[in-house]
Amino acid sequence: MRVVLNGEDREIEAATLAEALEALDYADAIVATAVNGEFVPHDQRGETTIKEGDAIEVLAPMQGG
Amino acid sequence: MSARTFYGQALANRLLLGTAQYPSPAILADAVKQSAVDMVTVSLRRESGAQRAGQAFWQLIKELGVSVLPNTAGCHTVKEAVTTAHMAREVFGTKSIKLEVIGEDDTLQPDVFGLVEAARILTDDGFEVWPYTTQDLIVGGKLLDAGCEVLMPWGAPIGSGQGLNDVFGLRAMRAHFPDVPLVVDAGLGLPSHASQAMELGYDAVLLNTAVAKAGDPVAMAIAFADATRAGQAAHQAGPMEVRDMAEPSTPVMGKAFLL
Repeated sequence: MRVVLNGEDREIEAATLAEALEALDYADAIVATAVNGEFVPHDQRGETTIKEGDAIEVLAPMQGG
Repeated sequence: MSARTFYGQALANRLLLGTAQYPSPAILADAVKQSAVDMVTVSLRRESGAQRAGQAFWQLIKELGVSVLPNTAGCHTVKEAVTTAHMAREVFGTKSIKLEVIGEDDTLQPDVFGLVEAARILTDDGFEVWPYTTQDLIVGGKLLDAGCEVLMPWGAPIGSGQGLNDVFGLRAMRAHFPDVPLVVDAGLGLPSHASQAMELGYDAVLLNTAVAKAGDPVAMAIAFADATRAGQAAHQAGPMEVRDMAEPSTPVMGKAFLL
């Protein structure tokens, strides 16, 4: 299944956002997630289904002013 | 020491420091430690599962033991800013958010209409919003109506180093909102700019580039902390009134008549 991860096409096998994060090497990372522009809290990743073409944003702490 | 608090938080050091653009993480950490700041700004950006740059950065910040103020830098719409704020609250574990809704790319001037709308949504949702705004008094009032308890007018465009471009506007804002914590955010280039803001009665200054891009960021961070403290002390000491004409400081009474 093709998804768009942080703006780039990726092929993964995953039914939920939690599975997608596992497949995309974020398993234990401290990140915040959004799917198609909507924030998905950490405790809802397991019940958030992912479908073909979904845009997944995975953000982490970064330097800022 | 001023009794002013920021959403209930007393900041002993009224210099707030950004964490971007330093030559290295070690220099950032040293600048924060040596200047003894209590609060730093941070952001959220896309994380690569392979590289995980954000994880190392977050570990570094946590070890510094300072409060973090996440920003919504780069957001141009209310939805973007609100979504980013929610993501930041989860990752950083804080209700505090430096709310930026950018309206124009050359000046990075805030879109004050979007700012007020986003501020209302976020305060209703329990956030403590620190809005990056202009000196406009009406916008300031609307931000307070929206639930903000701090206002952060710009000194000059972000990263420009110009200092206080509108001293009249800043002075008017201070006079108009005497009981509101006010922070000059952005545009400062020199420690004297920080002093000037504090001498005007501002409660804190927030800057990043002036320290991070200095030849010696650690020394500049210390200089800004000292200048901020000096400006705060000067304001509390009560500066003299400016006069148009000279007034002898040496007493005239008793001067010898030698003509």
